[in-house]
Amino acid sequence: MSDQDYLKDISEIKNLMNRSSRFISLSGLSGIFAGVYAIIGAAIAYIYLFPKPGEFLTLHSWNFKLLLALLASVAILSVVTAYLLTTQKAKKNNEKIWDATTRRLLINFLIPLVTGGIYIIIKLNSQHYGLSASLMLIFYGLALVNASKYTIGNVKYLGYAEIIIGLLCAALPGYGLWFWLLGFGLFHIIYGSIMYIKERKS
Amino acid sequence: MGIIDNINKLFDHRIRLGIMSILVVNEDADFNRLKELLDVTDGNLASHIKALEQAEYILVEKSFVGRKPNTNYIATKLGKAEFKKHIDALEKLIQKPKT
Repeated sequence: MSDQDYLKDISEIKNLMNRSSRFISLSGLSGIFAGVYAIIGAAIAYIYLFPKPGEFLTLHSWNFKLLLALLASVAILSVVTAYLLTTQKAKKNNEKIWDATTRRLLINFLIPLVTGGIYIIIKLNSQHYGLSASLMLIFYGLALVNASKYTIGNVKYLGYAEIIIGLLCAALPGYGLWFWLLGFGLFHIIYGSIMYIKERKS
Repeated sequence: MGIIDNINKLFDHRIRLGIMSILVVNEDADFNRLKELLDVTDGNLASHIKALEQAEYILVEKSFVGRKPNTNYIATKLGKAEFKKHIDALEKLIQKPKT
């Protein structure tokens, strides 16, 4: 065999290792969209739903229910956008979107995320909503770090950033919305843009 | 002793090399998954799997998913070690200055 053959062997090995163990079609654009949705959601919440100085947000008020609905809409819109953009990208790259790799990625992402979600709901039921923003950031960060093993790109750094900002948020009570805005809005847009530029280059 | 000694004859084929590449980075993989990733026919894949199994580079685990038989393949310690040696040898061959 010539050097050329060996080189071909090595690139084939690398390619198979990546394709078989890592999901590579995550689209950077979906990160940007998720960030924009989060910012719009937070803006609506701030203007219409948040208690004015001297008022309190009670769990059975309409405002609180609307806040939850708003949060759910932001999450659902982000997931749907990510799904659509990712399928589109996978199709272009001739990859299957639903295989063992994607399944593993999703399971590992969902374990910390669902745990956190349930935890927050339990806490809400006992009137503890003060730390919700911090918990969302922390568990979302853990989910990203956990899932990063099954995808390429630097999603793990986004995860670290979310965890750090979640902890800061816990240390500085009263600024939950602002940290939430930073973590889910700005960080997503920055990360998504970096990914998007990289995708364009390759 | 030259570098060539570490070049493993068993890995001198695209499909066998491919099977090992997949199994060293995944806990396991089943027949269809390998087939799909390597883009080969059933018979072709089966014969290469047999060769790796006989060398004890991979383990075959048969089970049932519902009523359908399912075969999983797992790289053995020996297989992983041999694969690493092979890759190191390839690397050295490429880096070797031309004479």
